[in-house]
Amino acid sequence: MNQLEYDKPVPPLNRDSKPFWDSMKAHDMRLQRCADCGKVRHYPRPVCDNCLSMECDWVRASGKGKVHSWTISHHAFLPGFIADLPMTLVTVDLDEGVRICAQMRDCEPEQLQVDMPVELGYEDATSDLTLPVFRPA
Amino acid sequence: MAGITDKCSVTGIGETEYSRNSGRSVAALQMEASLKAIADAGLQPSDIDGVIPYFNMEVVAEEFITNLGITDLRYSAITPLGGASAVAAIQAAVSAIVAGVANHVLLPIGRNGSSGERIGGRVQAMPQFRVLGEFEMPSGNIAPPQLYAHMARRHMEMYGTTSRQLAEIAVAERANAILNDNAVMQKPMTIEDHQNSRMISDPLRLFDCCLESDGAAAVVISNTERAKDLRQKPIYIMGVAEGHPDSPSNITQRPDLTTLGTAKAAPIAFDMAGIDRKDIDVAEIYDCFTYIVMCQLEDLGFCAKGEGGDFVSNGRIALGGELPINTHGGLLSQSHIVGMNHVCELVKQLRGDGGKAQVANANIGLVTGFGDLGDGSVAIMRN
Repeated sequence: MNQLEYDKPVPPLNRDSKPFWDSMKAHDMRLQRCADCGKVRHYPRPVCDNCLSMECDWVRASGKGKVHSWTISHHAFLPGFIADLPMTLVTVDLDEGVRICAQMRDCEPEQLQVDMPVELGYEDATSDLTLPVFRPA
Repeated sequence: MAGITDKCSVTGIGETEYSRNSGRSVAALQMEASLKAIADAGLQPSDIDGVIPYFNMEVVAEEFITNLGITDLRYSAITPLGGASAVAAIQAAVSAIVAGVANHVLLPIGRNGSSGERIGGRVQAMPQFRVLGEFEMPSGNIAPPQLYAHMARRHMEMYGTTSRQLAEIAVAERANAILNDNAVMQKPMTIEDHQNSRMISDPLRLFDCCLESDGAAAVVISNTERAKDLRQKPIYIMGVAEGHPDSPSNITQRPDLTTLGTAKAAPIAFDMAGIDRKDIDVAEIYDCFTYIVMCQLEDLGFCAKGEGGDFVSNGRIALGGELPINTHGGLLSQSHIVGMNHVCELVKQLRGDGGKAQVANANIGLVTGFGDLGDGSVAIMRN
């Protein structure tokens, strides 16, 4: 699908996070890491809050994590999501120590519990945008 | 902010009719509420020398000069904390007054939140939601009922909190709204009605969510030295503070999903006021969602973290209970005027003008704001 036909929000261009979105498009999620103290941070931003360094590199995410919390949405707040309902959104603790919020796939609501192991997947939303999803590990 | 206690007072309040479809401009609504608040104080518009407009800038400070004939506006500011803005604006007004910049500061909020653009479209355009817009909205995590559902679910899993406990909040507020002629929701609600309301974003049901409303409310904050010979008995501001949570722009990355900025603001406000929780006679708690009320009661120190579900049960927060809350019906059942209606209601209670919902012997009260994913604000007042 091209961007013009796509009816869900797309991320606005942001220089600080471009490497993240580029890595998503390559189905190889990278997380921002402080080049000085090594603290991994998400979402991407210019300064490390641990040591105030502005130097960073990008490390490959393991794709492994655990459920921290979730919601199952039965109401679409934008028309583009009507077809996705009911839609499970999970907040996941990645093994790298940061969290990520994404849709959950292949999971019944009754299965969901705190600390449930999950693994990262990739879904190409448009020719330019790949979004993360999670599945039970 | 040390030493501000009682130096400023609320001297005037004004509210329009609250509805789902005002048929009027947002500017007209705000001007009506402002004129009512200024008249209630016994002031003239020309006495107003400070304005803190609602942060969305739909009606800017200059329009109050133009419409009301303010000749010498010396102070204007905005407090962009979403639903925490109204009470944060009290802190800004107090700061300006104590610093000698202004004497009578007008705080108006008004919107066509129901008949105008609805929440889904609004939040996408808000600059403070930029991070959310980039990283979560594309996956469908868009609107407050979804964003706060992650908090509520975590609280339930960690502490055993139940949907029926959240229902206690909605039911208590509806009972208060029914006593209020200017409350939009007038149909009685039971716990079962709440449990049968449709699921919006699990665990939050329709009756866990606030209204979207049309209307406006305004208050005048004055230098207490200039308040004593005005029309109303001054309602003294004993303490006020705002607090921002860790990871303020993004709930997902917050170390503890179940703690709000309120937890930082509350001890400051209580210390400033020099009182304890048990001294509070009535509390108007910002209630965009039932869960947010319960979480704030914990963060304010009325009970320990995790005990909010029990705290709100068995009539404790209802009229006649140990801590009556949202005596006007709140955002859940009166109207969503971004919490300026809560400020007006606290002043009414402390004046003894609470009507059928008047709390007996209400001498000290508290009002909170909450918004923008976790910002909290707290004001403590006395008569």
